[in-house]
Amino acid sequence: MALILNEEQQFLKDAASKFFQEDAPISHFREIRDSKIELGYSKELWSTMSDLGWAGILVSEEYGGSDFGMMGMGTILEEAGKTLTPSPLFATGLIGASLLELAGNSEQKSEYLPKLVEGNLTTAFALEEGTRHAPNNISTEAKKDGDEFVLNGNKTFVLDGHSADLIIVAARTAGEASDKSGISLFCLNSNTDGLEIKKVSMLDSRNSAEVNLVNVKISASNLLGELGNGFAVIEEVLNRAQVGISAEMLGNASQAFEITLNYLKDRKQFGVLIGTFQALQHRAAIMYSELELTKSSVVGAMNAIDENSNDVARFASMAKYKAGETSYLVSNESVQMHGGYGVTDEYDIGFFMKRARVAEQIFGNSDHHLDRYATLSEY
Amino acid sequence: MSDLQEFREDTHNWLEANCPPEMRKPGDVCWGGRNPSFSHPDQKIWLDRMAEKGWTCPTWPSEYGGGGLSKEENKILQEELGAIGARMALGSFGIWMLGPALLEFATEEQKLEHLPAIVKGEFWWCQGYSEPGSGSDLASLSTKAVEDGDNYVVNGQKIWTSNADKADKIFCLVRTGPQEPKHDGISFLLIDMDQPGVTTKPIKLISGKSPFCETFFDDATAPKKDLVGGLNKGWTVAKRLLEHERTMISAMGLSGGGEKRSGLADMSKKYVGVDSNNRISETALRAKVAKHDLNSRAFGLTMQRVGEETKVGSPSPAAAMAKYYGTEHNKLRYELMLEAMGTQGIGWDGESFSMEELAITKEWLRSKANSIEGGTSEVQLNVISKRVLGLPS
Repeated sequence: MALILNEEQQFLKDAASKFFQEDAPISHFREIRDSKIELGYSKELWSTMSDLGWAGILVSEEYGGSDFGMMGMGTILEEAGKTLTPSPLFATGLIGASLLELAGNSEQKSEYLPKLVEGNLTTAFALEEGTRHAPNNISTEAKKDGDEFVLNGNKTFVLDGHSADLIIVAARTAGEASDKSGISLFCLNSNTDGLEIKKVSMLDSRNSAEVNLVNVKISASNLLGELGNGFAVIEEVLNRAQVGISAEMLGNASQAFEITLNYLKDRKQFGVLIGTFQALQHRAAIMYSELELTKSSVVGAMNAIDENSNDVARFASMAKYKAGETSYLVSNESVQMHGGYGVTDEYDIGFFMKRARVAEQIFGNSDHHLDRYATLSEY
Repeated sequence: MSDLQEFREDTHNWLEANCPPEMRKPGDVCWGGRNPSFSHPDQKIWLDRMAEKGWTCPTWPSEYGGGGLSKEENKILQEELGAIGARMALGSFGIWMLGPALLEFATEEQKLEHLPAIVKGEFWWCQGYSEPGSGSDLASLSTKAVEDGDNYVVNGQKIWTSNADKADKIFCLVRTGPQEPKHDGISFLLIDMDQPGVTTKPIKLISGKSPFCETFFDDATAPKKDLVGGLNKGWTVAKRLLEHERTMISAMGLSGGGEKRSGLADMSKKYVGVDSNNRISETALRAKVAKHDLNSRAFGLTMQRVGEETKVGSPSPAAAMAKYYGTEHNKLRYELMLEAMGTQGIGWDGESFSMEELAITKEWLRSKANSIEGGTSEVQLNVISKRVLGLPS
């Protein structure tokens, strides 16, 4: 396992860093938030990102992607995390592309993936139903009715739900509420009758929606993957998503730390730079150590996915746990060390904390992943 | 067959033929010296054979008695040693700390005199750094060395000298420039312990053991030729040596301090039991164990990454956190072992406790020094904040 980037990956990282710093810096996010535009991100920016090939990083070359792997996707998400750039990269480029790639039949792949790669199709994954990540707790029902399925249920925390063209729904076709078997995936156009999508205004001003399914009738050809065996694909995609969001959280925490360090080297009180105070220096050094551990966890997990390690799930939980704990520490300390400025809207540092708290909830918080790590380790 | 494959095969065959059976079992390590003690005759055979090949110091140049191996070859040697469970042939501060400093700072004559002897374990070396008044502020040390003909005459006191009561020689920081600014008046001097001017007194620790001594110099002498790195240039040598020491200590965060102990999870299961799903039945302890396990892995990956970064370019800044994190992590590991053991973890003596339980309790006490020796955690955090983060003084 290599924990440093190869030349190609480093090239991508440098390109991504330059792109986000120049074309979508934090002020870009601030503009979008202030404008309150319904879409929640810039269509133009997503189009440029797709032209750069980033929408198709996890898509095979057969369907127009680059098949560059999680090291590539994670690296871009990390850079996007530093500038808080909102885009469909996570919901579409990582989750949607992975679901379609791993579960789709050749017809579905040919229909959706080339459009997705070009930036002309966005997706959302309707999975969660409660206040906690519980991927097998699915009570949304899909009942077979002749050549059709009828879907009923309520989905929450659907990232990009209100803006996506295609909603991929996890629904129960057999079994009890918490069974891992009997779960199936369905592709629904967002304008399907009976699909009620409501944008939810979130702390981080990013996109999330509630999706209610009321007697939604769809053809059996909308089934994505095998009937009743959707959970294996869901788990595989969740591992990727957990690592991807961890990479974004790493970028977020690294940047918040960087901004705070600069503040410590600039702000004077009692006639001296506040960075000379040991009470702040030691806390900064501890944050640095935790960031280094988090970086290793995230890179190790990206690698584990690309190498098809049989320990991917534990790697994913390690990455999400470390990313969660470290962003919690760094975001809180960053606000505190900024003093009064830290709690003003004018300063950017508060944005990092808001995004960190939302990201923490995406696909399992730290407690969830600590428990999962222990369970997977058989204790 | 590539050269490295051939090396592996040769090494494998040599070890099969030369590593005595007794040395393939866990047990105590020989520290060499003028009057070496061997707990088993095989220990001497093993040391002699390894020293003969220079494999007690595999990567040192062969002209100084070392093995002359490349990093890659040494990795193979260590893997092959590990594969047969071979015991370390020689433990020595000469190998881990003094030798690397001599290779970098000593004259050719000094290297030829001291390095081959270290390879063979002819002397037991100890380290004379700290003084009663100079702990974290090491550069304030006051043990004096004054010129007298071909010798230096040394007066003063050192503390925390590991095994000084058993050691033959000491590498020592002494003040040779009393008028200079404190960092610029220090020299690095090698002193023979076997002389009337040197006395030692063991320090009893909270663990009940005495691995450290106080060492007293009363008109002790050392030949001028044994001053290493130049007069008043000892601080440079000292700093490099501290890096070697810190690397050695931070490795504890990975290995758990050298003692092979069963994992925290198994230990917890043994003492607190499991629920119907085979989970550690105390959920709070289970969470702490998982957190520690996960951090062990993240720390291991970080050390691996530091190694890779150093290989392709300059030393990784992340190396600075290794000593801080590794030692704090190791201390926490012992705290969790004690927590898991409950009342079996708080014994001192007697038959109510197993040998292992008593040993762990003593190791827990010993672990408290991890974040003090070789630079306290607070000093390490200072180093990170100043050298890595560039925070102002």
